[in-house]
Amino acid sequence: MKRAAHIVKSLFLQELIKGLSVTGRHLFKKKITVQYPDEKTPMSFRFRGLHAQRRYPNGEERCIACKLCEAVCPALAITIDSDVRDDGSRRTTRYDIDLSKCIFCGFCEEACPVDAIVETRIFEYHGENRDDLYYTKDKLLAVGDKMEDSIARDRKLDAPYR
Amino acid sequence: MPEFILSILSIFPDWLQVVLASLIKIIAIVAPLMLAVAYLTFAERKIIGYMQIRVGPNRVGPRGWLQPIADAFKLLLKEIVVPARSNKYLFVLAPILAIGPSLAAWAVIPFSDTLVLSDIDASLLYILAMTSMGVYGIIIAGWASNSKYAFLSAMRAAAQIVAYEIAMGFALVGVLMAAGSLNLGAIVNAQAGGLFSWYWLPLLPLFVVYFISGVAETNRAPFDVAEGESEIVAGFHVEYSGMTFAVFFLAEYANMILIAMLTALMFLGGWMSPLGFWSDVPLLGDGIHWLLLKTSAMLFFFLWFRATFPRYRYDQIMRLGWKVFIPVTLIWIVVMGVAMFLTPWGHLFH
Repeated sequence: MKRAAHIVKSLFLQELIKGLSVTGRHLFKKKITVQYPDEKTPMSFRFRGLHAQRRYPNGEERCIACKLCEAVCPALAITIDSDVRDDGSRRTTRYDIDLSKCIFCGFCEEACPVDAIVETRIFEYHGENRDDLYYTKDKLLAVGDKMEDSIARDRKLDAPYR
Repeated sequence: MPEFILSILSIFPDWLQVVLASLIKIIAIVAPLMLAVAYLTFAERKIIGYMQIRVGPNRVGPRGWLQPIADAFKLLLKEIVVPARSNKYLFVLAPILAIGPSLAAWAVIPFSDTLVLSDIDASLLYILAMTSMGVYGIIIAGWASNSKYAFLSAMRAAAQIVAYEIAMGFALVGVLMAAGSLNLGAIVNAQAGGLFSWYWLPLLPLFVVYFISGVAETNRAPFDVAEGESEIVAGFHVEYSGMTFAVFFLAEYANMILIAMLTALMFLGGWMSPLGFWSDVPLLGDGIHWLLLKTSAMLFFFLWFRATFPRYRYDQIMRLGWKVFIPVTLIWIVVMGVAMFLTPWGHLFH
């Protein structure tokens, strides 16, 4: 009896018509495509994009060369050299991030005791060779100077959750 | 044919006039067909996109309408790579063998009462012959490529088309019995009288079997094991690129349009208006636009199937062809025969 019912069902293409009705209904549904360069999806203030080095308002760089970020980096993308500056403070002489190694986990940002290394909302960047993706201290500071407003606003939004 | 073309032709000798006149008619069929193929690919991408809640191609030209033109140019400009260990002559011959029959079949398609290139009596047989020839292109392509995937695909295509050819043929026997003619024009004329005198109703099982076999014949989803992107990469046309690939593509889509139009002619009343009683009103009366509308509707089903069904397993395809479709068509032919000759209900099938 069960077998006969199955044969009748498949002979009248019941399951297939059910499937067609599903796709048929979807034909008229609202499309969810985001037309990327014209439209963009909303972005969290915790977004982890291109890195930046920050400065204090007086222009002094924040980084104190503690090398916590270098130690925590799981991809070994950060390389730091440090030395004593003329005024006696410890500063980096070299701070490089190889973005072709970086996995954008955000650990460096978490580890930083002075909020010096941060990740910005920039994600639409590219390099035409490997050197373009090797970010030196100057490049990172330049990104920080350009994005300071956005960086400061995002830290402030995130502060209540920390 | 318009007067001014005839007057231009009259300056040529008689034999040349005939050749030129048929050449013009052929161009008048093939050129719109090529355009239809181009925009069928666009319709396919758009409709399948919409069914997957995407918007589909929309960057080339207004709302993407120039996309098929851009694709055609890309294919024309690409290099044709002939594999080193392949059989070069057959490799180049195969796409021609694939597209030849799929275009030749259009010669006997009646577009309206008077619009037909060659009005031969056995046009149904001619169509059957031409649509089965198409598979030689695929088999030769698979063999000449000297690639295991292409060869596997050729074998699959051959076995599949043999199986579904029979069911298709039997479905057409039903149409033949109902119409009493092998001429496509006569078959359409036998369906005169509006929506309910078309053959889709009395021949419903044959209509369904014919259309599904048509999908299988053209190697379209869910019967596209010959292409099988996930197992045999692209099947018989793995080794083809540029224009040679485009020709296979054209053949497949021209075949799709052909099957859709044949379904419209044999089961959906061809150029007949569904409103049999208003045939005097322009546009609502009979005309080529009804045929094109019905063809488009059947083509939409091709795309709808592709967006809906996962591919059949190979043994399932064989089972469906041999153990379901052929018995169903045979039984319906017997039912028709008995009804027509032994019972008073024969008029239902005429």
